[in-house]
Amino acid sequence: MAEEQRATVAGWGNTARANQHIVTPTSAQEIEELLHHAKHGVIPRGLGRSYGDPAQVAGGTVLSNAALQEFGPIDRTTGLVTLGSGVSIDNLLSVAIPHGFFVPVTPGTRQVTIGGAIASDIHGKNHHVDGSFMNHVQSLDLVTPTGLVHVSPTKDPDLFWATAGGMGLTGVILRATIKLLKIDSAYVTVDTTRHQNLDEVMAAMIEGDHRYRYSVAWVDCMTSGARLGRGVLTRGDHAPADVAQGRASAEDAIPTKPRLSIPFDAPSGLLNRLSITAFNEAWFRRAPKNKVGGIERISTFFHPLDGVANWNRLYGQRGFVQYQFVVPDDQADTIRLAIERLSSSKVPSFLAVLKRFGPANLSPMSFPTPGWTLALDLPVGPPALPAVLDELDQLVGQAGGRVYFAKDSRMSPASVAQMYPRIEAFRSVLNRVDPDGVMVSDLARRLNLRGTSNA
Amino acid sequence: MRDAFGQPQSAIVFGGTSDIAQATVRQLVAKRLDRVVLVGRNATALGELQQALTNSGCSTVEIVVSDAADPHSAPRAVDDAFAALGQPADLVLMAVGLLGDQRANDDSAERTAEMFTVNTTWPAAVLAGVRGRMVAQGYGQLVVLSSVAAIRTRRANYAYGAGKMGLDGYARGLAASLAGTGVTVQIVRPGFVTTKMTAHLDKGPFATTADAVATVIVKGLATKSTVLYAPGMVKFVFAILRHLPEALWRRLPG
Ligand SMILES: Cc1cc2nc3c(=O)[nH]c(=O)nc-3n(C[C@H](O)[C@H](O)[C@H](O)COP(=O)(O)OP(=O)(O)OC[C@H]3O[C@@H](n4cnc5c(N)ncnc54)[C@H](O)[C@@H]3O)c2cc1C
Repeated sequence: MAEEQRATVAGWGNTARANQHIVTPTSAQEIEELLHHAKHGVIPRGLGRSYGDPAQVAGGTVLSNAALQEFGPIDRTTGLVTLGSGVSIDNLLSVAIPHGFFVPVTPGTRQVTIGGAIASDIHGKNHHVDGSFMNHVQSLDLVTPTGLVHVSPTKDPDLFWATAGGMGLTGVILRATIKLLKIDSAYVTVDTTRHQNLDEVMAAMIEGDHRYRYSVAWVDCMTSGARLGRGVLTRGDHAPADVAQGRASAEDAIPTKPRLSIPFDAPSGLLNRLSITAFNEAWFRRAPKNKVGGIERISTFFHPLDGVANWNRLYGQRGFVQYQFVVPDDQADTIRLAIERLSSSKVPSFLAVLKRFGPANLSPMSFPTPGWTLALDLPVGPPALPAVLDELDQLVGQAGGRVYFAKDSRMSPASVAQMYPRIEAFRSVLNRVDPDGVMVSDLARRLNLRGTSNA
Repeated sequence: MRDAFGQPQSAIVFGGTSDIAQATVRQLVAKRLDRVVLVGRNATALGELQQALTNSGCSTVEIVVSDAADPHSAPRAVDDAFAALGQPADLVLMAVGLLGDQRANDDSAERTAEMFTVNTTWPAAVLAGVRGRMVAQGYGQLVVLSSVAAIRTRRANYAYGAGKMGLDGYARGLAASLAGTGVTVQIVRPGFVTTKMTAHLDKGPFATTADAVATVIVKGLATKSTVLYAPGMVKFVFAILRHLPEALWRRLPG
């Protein structure tokens, strides 16, 4: 039987903590029983890499996907593989890369599970070419409070798409079949360019992103005036087989352990305006002005932060929030306004990540929609921060954009209604598969995602 | 739910019409607070605040009438308040207090008993009733209004000070008892606050306003400090004053 304990957890941002039961079921049957007997709300949890509160439910039961580790085999001709929802992208890559396969979409860390990747419908640096994670999922098995179902884009498509970006609220994903990407080496060819301000960065992306599978820019939000939003653009593609000749074998290109670890919370305030400005400056100077055809290991290119375990603890006891939003292409000016607002309010921010999204999929709740997305890490502490972020919500909402649930920990319910106009379609699926409202998270309560307002 | 900045969406306020409670609730409503239960003695005053909060956009404002002079009313007040809220309370603010007139209390057993009932017994009993519910919720913030008077009693208001001392000590123990439950306790020790409770008195040193105390509370919600001072500097002043020889302490003004 599943083990049960009580524990206090928070998201990656280490902000609002919640105490609840944590269970680690091992089978569909156990999950069904748990959902059947739950009294105070249940939500699945993966590796807790969401920043806020989607994978916790204070006073209820968190259902860890850690024991759902079914794996493969990988079909060598089609790249199709069926994985338990608890398999991490890290595990998957360590098996797939040596066999010449890569995940179709990877976030900035390998420490996320398949369940978390689907529930947030995650995106990577290739969204403009390949779309989000769910675009590569062929089907999935889901334990809803009304039973176990097999869904796909043709079999109960409403439930399939509501599960994409559904933040765990449609039920517990048991396993998913996904299509991997064939690669010829464990390396990436990379072009890096440095740009003096935001306009230059954006112009370069509009001009050339289509030539690369992967593209992302890091912009500095601590600069102002003519250098506002200066940035470094890195773009790349999987390298052909001959590039790997004479280099370390594929296995060596996979890091097994982080090189550094932050064991305790740092004092809050360690990351302040001064230290962050200095960091951003050093980082900008270090980047090459223009370097074409560099060769990087997959791990360096996709997951540089994974080299330092628990780096979130550098933000100290108060933790930090991440603000990520997207606005349509014709509202690109919102990106500038947001950076200006942060820069003028003296709220310290590490490098922000700027990227262009391609077309959206059919999910009503999935975050990526065509346009520009910006993600910022912000330490909790500056008194101006909550109000500045509320202002940005307004700006983004009015521009027809939205904020990403997987990163949110402070939005208001009113903004959600504006930013996710198809939320009623999502709610009607929830009412069908979970009429008693068994699936609940702190995120869902805070943002009134179920629309009951009393959850 | 409270958010990453510790800002609540739902709250129960005991002593809802006290100046500090009103100022705090108004500031919280300007942020995320949307559902409030006000517990107090004076139905008319509660009704006025209810109207004001509804006008400023709160979706639910409920009233529970309860008199802190009757310690037996405490369990009922807790039950009624949580029932009226109908959902977990992100925040419980304990702002009940009675400053009294020390000269009149000096020789009165009855009035002194009332001072301790209102300042200590009733609030502590309510907090005990709230504790179990918050633990079951798995999260929540308890804010208890104490006073710098709780640090060391003085001639001018020793019944009040001693009463707050009891509550302050209780709240600190309560905080310790809640470690690891996801529920936190914060104790607020304001200096001399110019409110309707003190309007008839001379302003003491370190005078502050209800709004300033409210600001300290609202900001404090985002921190992990167990004890908050308002204004912040009274913390350092009292760190010294509490060790003054008795003879000197008595001669301090105010
Ligand atoms: C350093 C870093 C970089 C990141 N970069 C990116 C990025 O580039 N792009 C991007 O899109 N995201 C990014 N993220 C966010 C991350 O990819 C998502 O938050 C992801 O959902 C985390 O997966 P997890 O396994 O940790 O899930 P958790 O955070 O534990 O849970 C996330 C959600 O998934 C649900 N869930 C988990 N398992 C299941 C299941 N079995 N069935 C149903 N629901 C389930 C939970 O209920 C919750 O709602 C990044 C995060 C970090 C820390």
